[in-house]
Amino acid sequence: MSATARSIAVGEGEVTLESATAEVTTRVCPNGPVLVRGADAVRDEDGTLHPATRPVVAVCACAKSQRMPWCDGTHKVVRRG
Amino acid sequence: MHLPAPRGPLSAHLVDVLAGEVVLDATSVAAARAAAGTSAPLTDDDLHLSLWMLYELHYRGFDGVDDGWEWEPQLLAVRRELETVYERALRTACRKAVDAGVAAAGPDADLPEQLFGLVSSFDGPSLAKHLHREATAEQFKEVLVHRSIYQLKEADPHTWTIPRLPDGPKVALVELQYDEYGAGRAHRQHAHLFAEGMATCGLDRTYGAYVDAVPGLTLALSNAMSLFGLHRRLRGASVGHLAALEATSSLPCKKYVGGIRRLDLPEEIAEYFDEHVEADAVHEQVAVRDICGALVEQQPELRTEVLFGAAACLLTDSLLAEHVLTSWQLGLGSLRQPQQTEAVA
Repeated sequence: MSATARSIAVGEGEVTLESATAEVTTRVCPNGPVLVRGADAVRDEDGTLHPATRPVVAVCACAKSQRMPWCDGTHKVVRRG
Repeated sequence: MHLPAPRGPLSAHLVDVLAGEVVLDATSVAAARAAAGTSAPLTDDDLHLSLWMLYELHYRGFDGVDDGWEWEPQLLAVRRELETVYERALRTACRKAVDAGVAAAGPDADLPEQLFGLVSSFDGPSLAKHLHREATAEQFKEVLVHRSIYQLKEADPHTWTIPRLPDGPKVALVELQYDEYGAGRAHRQHAHLFAEGMATCGLDRTYGAYVDAVPGLTLALSNAMSLFGLHRRLRGASVGHLAALEATSSLPCKKYVGGIRRLDLPEEIAEYFDEHVEADAVHEQVAVRDICGALVEQQPELRTEVLFGAAACLLTDSLLAEHVLTSWQLGLGSLRQPQQTEAVA
């Protein structure tokens, strides 16, 4: 349905960014999430669509978040612990 | 908002001046100098209530007080006396934390790594941990009262900094603030969510309702942000402050939510903190990398200022946490007692 669909790695798996426009940008934060701008939603591997409700979202890249697919800061605890 | 109850000679004088009962003159600056001579410039009641009043003229003002006072030169002269001593005290108190953070990040670290190093190496008591596991509902509400001083104008102090930044960091700050202000939905503004949460907990959601109840150090926390936000000279400290604020939010907010559920407090207040778990996981990256990192790439001379601002955020927050936890350990409340308020009124 979307004009663009791009995948990004999340731990061992991946999620797909969906957008009605072609202007999705991503920025990998070292030891942190992937910042995504312009996506309408993120589709996880089970096919569930998670709408993006803010102008920029942080997609979890370590797969340790308790709010997948969104980052909840858990990477900081995991990295240190 | 009403003018507050004074807490010493300077705040008493300023209340009278703003209420139009006495004339502002050279004695006002002398009174400010005397207040600035306090031995506790980070927390002093008279100093910080006075400074808070002068800053509020730039935000919402006071009922019955002429808006023209905002840019009255003699009042700004009073403000400068207080700001000078507060800024100096903050810089002195932050030096060690900045050095430790820079050392923790290592010699080849870039600014984002130094900021995260500063945040993770900062040693302060955890209010969130206590709220999560042990606090009573009354104690939780006390914390909401302390937080209301800033949270009811959440995001406003850093908004002053927007026009003072170069293009890239400016766009990133606007993006972050847009989300703080509800991303186009008035009812999702963070300050509004906080007010709703307060009301459902039986607290007064009116802006400034609890100023008389909070100690100087709570006002100082708000004053640090206003100081950084209102001076272009301190733009680096302002964005550094924001970065530390965001980078110390997601995980503690998760604990707040746990505490709220444990205490069976209203869902509306859980919603406020819950929103911040996800929002601030985004905001910390935007603030640290796209605002602070990008700013220091363009203006390297601001590096130490950004780190100073971040440390000031951590320091003022830990002074409040320490005060609250110590009060509770002694079996006392952390808010000002009614007789304290009356004694100076």
